[in-house]
Amino acid sequence: MKPLGRKIAWGVWLALAAFGTWGVYLRMTTGHRLANYGSYFPWGLWVAVYVYFSGMSAGIFLLSMFVAVFRIRPLARLVRPGLFISAIALLVALLSISFDLGHMFRAPEVFLRPNFHSVMTLMAWLYAAYFPIILVALWLDLRGDPSLHAQRDDASGGQAREPARQRGERCLRCIGWLGIPLAVVFSSGLGGLFATLPAKPYWYQSLYPVLFLVGALLSGSALMLAVVSAGQRFQDEEGVRLRRILVRIVLGLLAFDIIIESAEILVPMWYAVGPEYHLYRTILFGRFAVLFWVVHVLFGIAVPLVLLIAKPCCRWAAAAAGILIAATFLAVRLILILPGEITPEIKGLREAYADPRLSFSYVPSTFEWAVVAFLIALGWAVFVLGNRTRLFRDAGTVPDKA
Amino acid sequence: MRIDKEDLPVPDPEVTAANRAQNAIERGDFLRKAAMLAAGTCSLAVGAAATVSRREAPARVPAQPDGADLDNPLERMRRELERALRKPMEERKWVMVIDRQKCIGCKACTVSCAVENDLPPGVVYRPVTEDEVGQFPHVRRVFLPRPCMQCEKPPCTPVCPVTATYRRPDGVVVVDYDICIGCRYCLNACPYNARTADFGEFFTEPAGREAAGLVGEPATAYEHRATFEYGKSRRREHGKERSPMGNARKCHFCLHRVENGMLPACVATCLGGATLFGDYGDPASLVHELVGSTRVTRLKEDLGTEPSVFYLA
Repeated sequence: MKPLGRKIAWGVWLALAAFGTWGVYLRMTTGHRLANYGSYFPWGLWVAVYVYFSGMSAGIFLLSMFVAVFRIRPLARLVRPGLFISAIALLVALLSISFDLGHMFRAPEVFLRPNFHSVMTLMAWLYAAYFPIILVALWLDLRGDPSLHAQRDDASGGQAREPARQRGERCLRCIGWLGIPLAVVFSSGLGGLFATLPAKPYWYQSLYPVLFLVGALLSGSALMLAVVSAGQRFQDEEGVRLRRILVRIVLGLLAFDIIIESAEILVPMWYAVGPEYHLYRTILFGRFAVLFWVVHVLFGIAVPLVLLIAKPCCRWAAAAAGILIAATFLAVRLILILPGEITPEIKGLREAYADPRLSFSYVPSTFEWAVVAFLIALGWAVFVLGNRTRLFRDAGTVPDKA
Repeated sequence: MRIDKEDLPVPDPEVTAANRAQNAIERGDFLRKAAMLAAGTCSLAVGAAATVSRREAPARVPAQPDGADLDNPLERMRRELERALRKPMEERKWVMVIDRQKCIGCKACTVSCAVENDLPPGVVYRPVTEDEVGQFPHVRRVFLPRPCMQCEKPPCTPVCPVTATYRRPDGVVVVDYDICIGCRYCLNACPYNARTADFGEFFTEPAGREAAGLVGEPATAYEHRATFEYGKSRRREHGKERSPMGNARKCHFCLHRVENGMLPACVATCLGGATLFGDYGDPASLVHELVGSTRVTRLKEDLGTEPSVFYLA
């Protein structure tokens, strides 16, 4: 990175870290008092951020493991950075949801007295299995790294290298076979968290798990496209080929996501009646209109589509498109979650008892954004630190099919 | 035309005194008549209420085993409560009946519940909604007190990741404050918005003091006194995120009162006698009679949650 760019990056990171530290300090000292969600609007920004990062983690993991399991050689260099970013995203997601808990230090109760009928419990247990799988996969991928064995090769004339590497690859594929279904279940299970609640007609739909799975894959692939396009080490011939394949993957997923989202919106709105009609009107023309049309449709779909179709070979166009899709996907998560909470379950409840916590409208407070800034700063810092170590070196561990 | 003070007639002191005496006699007479009229109206109202009550009751009311006074619903419910408490918990089924025609929307139940449970800002167990039905001149206001429905098939309990909320054998859905992690999943799962979260706020905190108009030591002391929800003494204190702060909270039919032979606060303070409570497992109970009425409805029956709160339309 150029010195000016480095300075700007440092400045942004320091600002995020300072703002975020203030937020976390307030969270630890004042609890939830400065947050704007309430009893009738129980889930706000932090839940959306949790779903966003958690889905992104699953999407990147799935992409990386598909490459490893099915030995897709042109995408082989995605595996290690993918696993690493996936672990960071999961860490950020879990921190976000723990800040949202009323008693964050009681979180281990989910393992001590679990209720396996609850989707939330299943998610917690899946995370408990998923996180070690990422770490083991990362370790196995490192084990197969030729650079690790270079010194021993020198000593043994290259004989020590091959068996260890082959064993590492085999184990990585085994882990992949285990991890892929797990990641599919938990990324769609994120949708299940909402879709299993009959009390909320907006959430209570079978499409949600599919929508969350596709969203996870799209946001994860888009972030990897951004990393591959912006990263200096991916600018060789192999890296350019990798970028072009990723552009096609992202375009395909974007098209699929548009189809599903269109179905989700058009079906309940078609005859302009029914409980969900008014909710979707609020999303399209009411208080969520800016989030939907400007952030999601314009910057999350239209601009990236134009960039990827008009300039498929341009590195910076691909990077911008990837960043735009990945970053604005938070808007998709907000649109999928927040509107479900704006309708009183019983008519007149809004006026029955006046209190800011008993409101059916919600705008995240500065404090909530500060905590999110902390999470982003933390994730960014871990990413940069990892980038400077062996973790991010090109591996190319996936061999040709035998 | 301008009238000066000097133009006004000067009152004769003797005539004024006589007028005062006459007015006093008339006022006394008026008050006596008004009192008689009020008493008469009340008698008529009570008579009418008794007639309505008798009309709603089944033709053959089961005899009260302990000879409770059938004409006084509160006294009758207390006796029935004592009788129910002598049974094992599994044989009791607490239900609430709310007569919407008797509810006057005074919100005494909301206030008494908040006081009984020392509810902090943003936590409400029993709001009363208001609605206007019809158009002028055929218009009326209707009220709907909304406690927890204590569903037989509660959607809020299976979602709890740590089994902190569950349905007791007597039908009351409770929250174990010492286990609840505060994820607020149950709040979203409740189709009646009957759960609220305790965000650790105080009416007397600097931020809330001005809005609430509360100042001084008495108000602060009130907020910090111990409460006895679920039969356990707890204090909410500034700076200490101890339960129930951070927890999901809900109406529990004042179990701590009921299990000590007292009616729930909302029932005991209902001005119109609109809220009734008792053991549905007792065929001789008042609530058992009323649940058999043709006026009975429940909220969102289509969801199949089987609420234990019945409304008389």
